[in-house]
Amino acid sequence: MVTEDIIVSLRNVSKKYHSLEGETEAVKDLTMEVHRGEFITIVGPSGCGKTTLLSLISGLFIPSAGEILLSGETKNDTTGHVGYMLQEDHLFKWRTILRNVLIGLEIKGALNAQSREKAKSLLHKYGLGDFKDHYPHQLSGGMRQRVALIRTLAIDPDILLLDEPFAALDYQTRLKVADDIWKIIKKESKTAIMVTHDIAEAISMSDRVVVLTKRPARIKSIHNLDFTCEERTPIKCREAPEFRVYFNRIWKELDVHV
Amino acid sequence: MYEPKENIQIPENNYNINDHSDEHKDFLDMVKRKKVYVRVTQIAILIAFFVAWELAANVGVIDPFITSQPSRMMRTVVNLHRDGSLYVHIGYTLMETVVGFVLGTVIGILLAITLWWSDFLARVLEPYLVVLNSLPKIALGPIILVWIGAGPQAIIAMALIISLVVTTIGVYNGFREVDPDKIKLLRTFGATKYQILQKVMLPASISTIVSAMKINVGLAWVGVIVGEFLVSKAGLGHLIVYGGQVFRLDLVMTSVIILAVLAALMYQFVSWIEKKLINWY
Repeated sequence: MVTEDIIVSLRNVSKKYHSLEGETEAVKDLTMEVHRGEFITIVGPSGCGKTTLLSLISGLFIPSAGEILLSGETKNDTTGHVGYMLQEDHLFKWRTILRNVLIGLEIKGALNAQSREKAKSLLHKYGLGDFKDHYPHQLSGGMRQRVALIRTLAIDPDILLLDEPFAALDYQTRLKVADDIWKIIKKESKTAIMVTHDIAEAISMSDRVVVLTKRPARIKSIHNLDFTCEERTPIKCREAPEFRVYFNRIWKELDVHV
Repeated sequence: MYEPKENIQIPENNYNINDHSDEHKDFLDMVKRKKVYVRVTQIAILIAFFVAWELAANVGVIDPFITSQPSRMMRTVVNLHRDGSLYVHIGYTLMETVVGFVLGTVIGILLAITLWWSDFLARVLEPYLVVLNSLPKIALGPIILVWIGAGPQAIIAMALIISLVVTTIGVYNGFREVDPDKIKLLRTFGATKYQILQKVMLPASISTIVSAMKINVGLAWVGVIVGEFLVSKAGLGHLIVYGGQVFRLDLVMTSVIILAVLAALMYQFVSWIEKKLINWY
């Protein structure tokens, strides 16, 4: 059943955490496929195992059962085949912007004149060229998050994992940065898997939204999103008539109790 | 590569530079004046202290045989300078302190790295470190003497041992405070443990390491002077003990003052290194 088009495939994946108090099942028997070039968002109640799912795909965690295929192959380790973007930018304050962007290449031993130039051109392309010799504290939160994205793009991963990448930003900045990041990801034609608990953000950015159940995480429903707006960018999507419909549907699925 | 922060922020502060309002000028003057007042007062206290000391001794309010006095201390310095022993003593003490300080800092950091590297080792050694940390290291002086023998090596060992455990614990705790997400980030790139150490643990712990160094400067002096009290035939600590025994308080006071100056200079030197490191970092 493996087709060229499927880049990530989770088959009956389970993950248990062990502690002295006992074991916790974070993910249970989860099967899911992600297509190349797709932007997929995972939403679910807090603490349901969303981040665990990303850690599994990245290879940071090994599943307790089931298998994870990336481009049809099993990966048992973190080899830098995925780019991981965390909640905060985690730029190193002792490195310049350029050297922050190069860190992935340094670690992979892939830093050479060519990859350095490519990193520089990415910075230029996305409006950060003039800041390459600056230090992180001199940049705004939104710019820093863009640098964080370019840092993951510099290693040229097939898949980007975004773990609530805008959670640390204030609301206005968040909308703008989400738009920027989305455009960059589309321009670089990357596959993206994002985790968030902001339903509006999920709908505005994704092609598909996956709703997870409470822990242990299983798939509750998958929503294919289709918008009638002429230009499909996150900000424009929010104005589309379908937006509200999807919002209500997913909100009900999440079954939020306070 | 580093540009000082002030330079970069100039564009934002332009209005301050081009457009001095009188009020702003007054403000700057006020800040400058305050700074001068503080410095002048500091120097005045120092001068007043020595002048009062000198006068009190001359008038007979205090007995210079017991308290010494600045003019007698000057004479002592000149005498020590003439026979050259001043530099021998300072040389020994300084050498022992610097070597003890450097060894204590370097070995302490290496031990902290070892503990971070092996969680097993860290858990095993924890109670021993706690005991060693609370033990007054000076109590080990006689043991070191017997094992290593009376001489500069024993004194260096004293300075080393007194700063070692503090450095290890301080730096190790610094390592543990490094944001786990930063380590996670590097691991997603496939970083090895050595790369994590090199790319994030050490640079992120620079400020911890520097504060450990600042504490160590003081501790190294304590170790050296105690060591010299116990064993030595040379050094400022030796001069102090010897001066005390033969009741030459001039010698004792002079040595203490020289010690104060040297310790202050060394502390300044570490502060200077700190600035360099922070800039690079």
